[in-house]
Amino acid sequence: MNKWDWSNVDDFMPRFWDGVLVTLQALAIGSLIAFSLGLVWAIAQRSTLIWIRWPVIAVTEFIRNTPLLVQLFFLFYVVPEWGPSMSPLATGIVGLGLHYSTYTAEVYRAGIEGVPAGQWEAATALSLPKTRTWTAVILPQAIRRVIPALGNYVISMLKDSPMIAVIGAFEMLGEAQAYSNETFTTEALTVVGVAFIVIAYPASLLLRALERRLVR
Amino acid sequence: MSAENSTSKETPNPAADGSELIRFDGVMKRFGSNVVLDHLDFTVSSGKHVTLIGPSGSGKTTILRLLMTLLKPDEGTIKVGGEYLTHEERNGKLVPAGETHIREVRKNIGMVFQQFNLFPNMGVLRNITEAPVHVLGLSKDEAEERARELVELVGLTEHLDKYPSQLSGGQQQRVAIARALAMRPQVLLLDEVTSALDPELVAGVLDVLRDIAHTTDITMLVVTHEMNFARDISDDVLMFDAGRVIESGSPEKMFSDPEHERTREFLSAVL
Amino acid sequence: MMTSGMFTTWFLPGIWITIQVTLYSAALAAAVAFIIGTLRTSQLWIVRFVAGTYFEIFRGTSALVLMFWMFFALPLFGWQLVPMWAGVSALGLTYGAYGSEVVRGALAAVSPAQREAGIALSFTRMQRLRRIELPQAWPEMIPPFNNLLIELLKGTALVSTITVADMLFAGNLVRLGSNESAPIYTLLLVIYFAMAWVLTRGMRALERHAKRGIGQLPEKKPGLISRKLSARGETDQAGSQVAGGMG
Repeated sequence: MNKWDWSNVDDFMPRFWDGVLVTLQALAIGSLIAFSLGLVWAIAQRSTLIWIRWPVIAVTEFIRNTPLLVQLFFLFYVVPEWGPSMSPLATGIVGLGLHYSTYTAEVYRAGIEGVPAGQWEAATALSLPKTRTWTAVILPQAIRRVIPALGNYVISMLKDSPMIAVIGAFEMLGEAQAYSNETFTTEALTVVGVAFIVIAYPASLLLRALERRLVR
Repeated sequence: MSAENSTSKETPNPAADGSELIRFDGVMKRFGSNVVLDHLDFTVSSGKHVTLIGPSGSGKTTILRLLMTLLKPDEGTIKVGGEYLTHEERNGKLVPAGETHIREVRKNIGMVFQQFNLFPNMGVLRNITEAPVHVLGLSKDEAEERARELVELVGLTEHLDKYPSQLSGGQQQRVAIARALAMRPQVLLLDEVTSALDPELVAGVLDVLRDIAHTTDITMLVVTHEMNFARDISDDVLMFDAGRVIESGSPEKMFSDPEHERTREFLSAVL
Repeated sequence: MMTSGMFTTWFLPGIWITIQVTLYSAALAAAVAFIIGTLRTSQLWIVRFVAGTYFEIFRGTSALVLMFWMFFALPLFGWQLVPMWAGVSALGLTYGAYGSEVVRGALAAVSPAQREAGIALSFTRMQRLRRIELPQAWPEMIPPFNNLLIELLKGTALVSTITVADMLFAGNLVRLGSNESAPIYTLLLVIYFAMAWVLTRGMRALERHAKRGIGQLPEKKPGLISRKLSARGETDQAGSQVAGGMG
């Protein structure tokens, strides 16, 4: 049993690819949620209305400083008591997206603060309406610069995605764990461990290249 | 400051006897395709104060940085006190020297930088005692006693417990001078030590250096734009242009009656 | 609500386990961070390469996968780790890799002039590192270390998945025992948040102390619990931005 056996790897592969598919799904939809919700947080944090600004800051700080794993349990067991009940995978995706939206909010915030004050003043001088100022002047400049940083959080999400296995969503780790339990073997876990490095390393190289091009 | 009170734990500082202390032989230094030093030969005798002058980019600072081994020569050799600096002789052949050998020879050389380069994480006293204690192996008491003398020499006794960030540029530079002298080097390299200072602080630093030049027998190699200072302290002035020494002589001769056209142009521009 | 029996037998010891796991893995991570981070500035390419490989591998792995692997796979190779040590090792090795980037970046940010001053005073390379470069780099490391420490604290929740009875593990037991999930998970979130707040306060104090130690005044920082993220990702990227990230 403690010898490496390639036949176990072969047996595991179909389930591995199922897991990869679930992981990628979670990652794609989770990123979309994180990117859009984060932008909402970032803009709300700059609101002049204190009853918008303050609660948003409090909620995002709270979510960012507590473990995703506990939040997943909260979403899976507590929320259905008074709200919608979701499948494990849907819960996992919402949890990942919500958790990381509080990080992307910080990224956007820095990007927005990086837009020179003169841009706001120019927009005011041209009497641009507020929405127009945001969508045509500020955000296009802010977002371009933060794309690599957002990409880095996609990699972080990838590495946190195995957590959704804990509430029963069968992504890569969940599949490997199930396979190992059934067969008392370790190859599946090792395959998944290597898979993460194989995905994450080229992705981070890609981002570093992107960063050199976009951020100067 | 003189040689007599050096302790046995460190390299003795032999009295300046006028023998050859620094020797450059065919030293070549390039940065990319830019030749900064072009087969440079020159010597400095012990106890002498030599000032290097010339337009910026003529290689003056490079000489000091080569001596401090912050740069390595592309060709040629440098000797300090008869020992090769970046080379060792092995079986009659000259090979690049190891770190230990370089450090041993380098102990004879001290340097004061344009930007002071004090250690911001240490107070004045510790800036001065750190190297004597950990490099020369002096006891903490010995080092502190030496530091106090030097701090008095540079006129900063009441600032002994401050951090560099609490001192003016001129005061920081005087601490840096004391720090270099605490190692009792045979040679002191001064690299445009007043260039980063506000004009009103320059005089204080130069006075300290004049004092050191006149009362000790330490060998000095000076790069400066302060021509009056150069005239006061120098035994020899070397004029550099395009990586070569084009003229040298006593300050009297160099400043009043230079032979070379480039020297005349340079001096009329700075004086 | 929770029965008091559950609370005293599981939950209170669980809090203590969470604190222990945090402290042990932080200590391991700090050791790894300083060793690997310093080796990554070595003059020998082979040393840089080996340390860099460590960094890339552990930065690329998921802490949870590593933990599972250490817990489930290692024993079958004949290495039985106590669950808690499997958890502590996985967290310490992973966050140590992130931390090494903080150390490397802060060392690289020490001005070359300081290195030259050290050479001019004949310090050896080790002496320069210990007496000049690390002390100056240290205050710059604290804010990114604080971010990593909070991430590590959050990461300790993962040990519950490998049967370590930390407070999340205890919370799950309470849910199973009482069939009530709202109070216990809310309480858990609040405790984690409070711990993060305490850690941040502590690191702030440390930063002030460290800056005073090199004669600088710390600036005031905003934020609800006063933790500022840098513009880029922090866990993986803790480092690539270190030099510029803390302004």
